[in-house]
Formats: sequence, C-alpha cells, structure tokens
Amino acid sequence: MSVVLNAGEIARALRRISHEILEHNKGSQSILLLGIPTRGAFLSKRIASMIEEIEGHEVPHGTLDVTMYRDDLRLRPPRALMSTEIPISGINEMHVVLVDDVLYSGRTIRAALDALSELGRPASVQLAVLVDRGHRELPIRADFVGKNLPTSSSERVHVLLQECDESDEVVIEAQS
Amino acid sequence: MNKHLLSIEDLSKSDAIQILDTAEEIARISDGPVKKLPTLRGRTIVNLFFEDSTRTRISFEAAAKRLSADVINFSAKGSSLSKGESLKDTALTLQAMGADAVVIRHGSSGAPARLADQSWMKGSVINAGDGTHEHPSQALLDSFTLRRHLRDSAGDLSGIKVAIVGDILHSRVARSNVLLLKKLGAEVTLVAPHTLLPFGIDQWPVNISYDFDDVLPHVDAVMMLRVQRERMSELFFPSEREYSRGFGLTKERLDRMPKGAVVMHPGPMNRGLEISAEAADAVNSVIVEQVTNGVTVRMAILYLLLGGMSA
Repeated sequence: MSVVLNAGEIARALRRISHEILEHNKGSQSILLLGIPTRGAFLSKRIASMIEEIEGHEVPHGTLDVTMYRDDLRLRPPRALMSTEIPISGINEMHVVLVDDVLYSGRTIRAALDALSELGRPASVQLAVLVDRGHRELPIRADFVGKNLPTSSSERVHVLLQECDESDEVVIEAQS
Repeated sequence: MNKHLLSIEDLSKSDAIQILDTAEEIARISDGPVKKLPTLRGRTIVNLFFEDSTRTRISFEAAAKRLSADVINFSAKGSSLSKGESLKDTALTLQAMGADAVVIRHGSSGAPARLADQSWMKGSVINAGDGTHEHPSQALLDSFTLRRHLRDSAGDLSGIKVAIVGDILHSRVARSNVLLLKKLGAEVTLVAPHTLLPFGIDQWPVNISYDFDDVLPHVDAVMMLRVQRERMSELFFPSEREYSRGFGLTKERLDRMPKGAVVMHPGPMNRGLEISAEAADAVNSVIVEQVTNGVTVRMAILYLLLGGMSA
C-alpha cells in the first residue's frame, strides 16, 4: 500500500481543477457541478466551495446517482441506491461538470451520460476526476484531471476523504 | 435479501429498512422528470393473478414498466387455469417461457411458497397476496407511508402507535402489517369485534381492544381494513349499521383523532361501512398516497430482487 496523493496534494489538485473549470468555461456562468456518489459528491462540493471562494458567488451543484443506469448490474449483488439531487433550475442549457473520484473503465461515466440525457439537454458535459488510472473500456476521457496514475489492472486505487474516511489520501494497493 | 418475497417473516429488520430506503431514493428520482429507468431492460415479469385485483396488479405492472421490464399479465379467468391446469404445470409453462420473476396472487395460503420450489421455478417469486396468509408488498408500502409522515423518511418506526381496525380474521394485510410493524419497533393494537379476530390471537405480539373509542386518542395512525364480504360465509356481526357504529371510522371519531395522526386504508374501501366518506377524504387521510407509494415500493422490491446478479 503506498500513498500517491496526500491531503495537501489533493487540496492543490482540486484548487487547480477549480481554476481550470473556470478558465475553460470563461467564468462560472451556467456551470452546474454534479458529483457522482459517494466520493464524487464530496469532491464536487469541495470544488463548488473553491469556485465560490474564487468567484465570490455560489455555483449550483448537486449529486447524480447512476446505479440504475449501470451496465454491470447483473454481474454483482444489488447495490444500494444513493441520492440524486439536481437543483430545481434543472440541467437544460447548463455546462454540466461531472465529478468523480477515479476514472477507470469509463462505464460509470457512460451510465452518468445516460442518466443526464433523461434529465434534460445540457449545453455541454465535462468531466473532472481526482485520479485517472487508465484502462478505459469506452471512448471516454476526462477534461480535468487531478493526477494521471499509471496502474496495472491488478492494483486497486482507494480515494479516502475526510467526509467519509476520516483522512484525505489516495493510496494504491497491489492485489495479491 | 432473499431471492423471493414470500412473507414478511423472511425479511430481517435491515432487509426491510433497505427496501424502504431504496424506495425513498426511487421516489426522489420519480418526483423529477424521469419516469422510466432502464434498470430491468430485457427482464420478463409475469403477473399471475388467480384472484381479482385491480390496484395490486396495476401497481406491480406500473412498477415493472417504469423499470423497463417486459410484463405479461396472466389472470385465471379466460386462461388455461380455468380449464383446470394445475399450479405446477402453470409454473413449468412460465418457466419455459423464460419468466425472470412471477408476481402471484392466489386464494390459497401458501401457494406462492409452493411456486417458489426450485424444481418448479428458477426465477423470483413475489407474493402479491395469498389467502388469509400474507400480503408483504402492502405492508412495506404502509410502513413506507408511515415513515414518510411520522419519521421523516428515515430509520425505523420505533415508538409509533398504530391501530389496525376491523376484519383481522380474513386480512392478510393485517398479518403482514403486524409482522413488519413489530419488526420496525412500532406498537400495534388490533381493534375488532370478537368474531373477526383469528384463533390464537393471544399469541400475537400485539395489544387487543374491543373498544375503538378507547384506543383512538392514543394513536399515531389508524389502518382501517376492508370488511371482506366475499370471504364471509357466515354472519360475523348483526348488521352493517352496528358494525359501522362500533368499528367504523366515522366523522365523529375522525374529529377525536390526535393532531398529526394519519388515516390509512389498503383499499378498495367500503365507504359508509368501515370508513366514512369524511374520513376517507380528510386532510390527514393518506389513502391516495398509499397507492402512489405502492408503485415506488414495488419498484424497490423488483430492483432488489432482480436488479443484481441472480443467485
């Protein structure tokens, strides 16, 4: 088990991502941050408050549970559903930034794109992740990446966050 | 969670709460613009109804369709069942057609458990009411409704006082509700005339009262049960007027209910018999909401039984 990002590095990566989101979208106009539970939701909340710090006003943010849209449901026991909270203004004409902790096969993001299309028609959809560990199985890429982490598929990447794990850390674990 | 939903008895407390929590998340999605989820695409669910039912069948059908499953409705009337086909042969036929789940209502207690036999059916069996035994999905939707109103949609129902009033003897809804409410920590009082209480009732973990007015000031919820005329082969009470006077939720009783207490009924109602029109349409009546919640809770049941890897 080795630490690849510590608390300070996570904070700096998220701050950089916040600036990049603002730069890419030329400000915070019509940005909507949607975190994918569990940890993506916490990250999106952190990015939202950083953007608020930088811009001086709140940006809309929410959560999007993609469980019901997954393509691997039948390969595992049923998963608990997490909460979906979309701001009442909706996603139409918004620049939606999906936020997740780890980008791996890309299947979660595919499910998220399906879930989004049920909710409306965003002006654009962008993707921010804390860690991109490669091994994509679908033509999906992230727009904002905290750290590119070359891994082997036998390894496991754990993102630990204060909100649910009592520390901020990204660790990589070699599978026996 | 088990593969089947045959009885509340098979559920642990955490299974039950998982169903309610899942339903809560589904309700949140369904309140938004999304009415249909792709989760059970390609799965086939058969509604096998040997007894008449409108709301339960439609409710299961709506729940399955909102999860994108294919639904086949099979009712006893006008089918091979009325030609005398046995339950086993029906099951084998459904199995051969590739049913992933069968929702069954049957007049005989225990029919769903029989159907769930490994050599009969490989899919999940969901009990939608069997004889005077159980009706688990109704109990789950009732607890879901109670939890929304009295416990802010989270946790269990500990400390909530529920009166179940009326025809306990013939009621599978009462039986499932007693089991589930006790499991979730609620306090249950059954209110009925002697003749409408089943044999062995003193073994149940409930309070029993023969006086509705005595119980009324202390309840958080009253569940009125339908007087099941079709199951009554003998006379259980002298007249409908007398029943209504003793055990009906009249306008006067409605006014004496504590503030915040809710009125429930599994439907279909006999207005004027067990429940007055004023009570059925009162602001604290959640009867229509029970129907809405029924679809949500049944979606949660179908998702938890069919959404994951099959065992």
